[in-house]
Amino acid sequence: MPTAITRDELQRLVHEEDAQVVDVLPAREYAEGHLPGAVNLPLKKLDRDTAAVLDRARPVVMY
Amino acid sequence: MSPRAAARLETLGFTNVYDYEAGKADWFAAGLPREGEAMPVLRAADVARTDDVTCTLADTVAIAAEKAREVGQNQCIVVNDERIILGRLRSAALGGDPDALAEDVMELGPTTTRPDAEVAPILHRMLARDVDRILVATSGGRLIGTMWRTDAEHRAGEPDEEIACDC
Repeated sequence: MPTAITRDELQRLVHEEDAQVVDVLPAREYAEGHLPGAVNLPLKKLDRDTAAVLDRARPVVMY
Repeated sequence: MSPRAAARLETLGFTNVYDYEAGKADWFAAGLPREGEAMPVLRAADVARTDDVTCTLADTVAIAAEKAREVGQNQCIVVNDERIILGRLRSAALGGDPDALAEDVMELGPTTTRPDAEVAPILHRMLARDVDRILVATSGGRLIGTMWRTDAEHRAGEPDEEIACDC
């Protein structure tokens, strides 16, 4: 089960564990504004190929 | 949506997956940075002055008034140790009994707006209600600054009278 986290925990993961941040909203909503450094992987397009942009060795935070 | 995406990612073999379910609305409301806006809009945090004079509940009016006078301001925001807004002293209160405590004469629960709120509709409401300033605070109630109507008008230009307003 993915771990639910707060804003503070997200910041800690990014700063201390080099976490990757993923915006799963549609591209248009991502374009309206997103968290710094977040990549866009819309839920509807999330498969093995699109997920290949992520580093499996680092934590991944999705929102 | 993100719980499903996170679960999906785990099925693809990722083992260190977290879900920030509160999402970007929570992030922006806390006054944290935004990236990649396709059509930038002016937001409260862009306009707010962040040099507010603050005082504590236990400060006397004399102390609060002196703090404000030193920097040429006419209000003092009453905050706790974490800068959470508790109240406000405006000109009338600052000119009152100098020995009174801020806690006893402050305006309770001053209206605030979020740092990520768009300036145009706020300005519209400020004009409609003849309000000259509004405090800008995070979703957690922490003071960021004060958005003055004159600053907002200067930055935003005259508000469009055609904008529908639910105020």
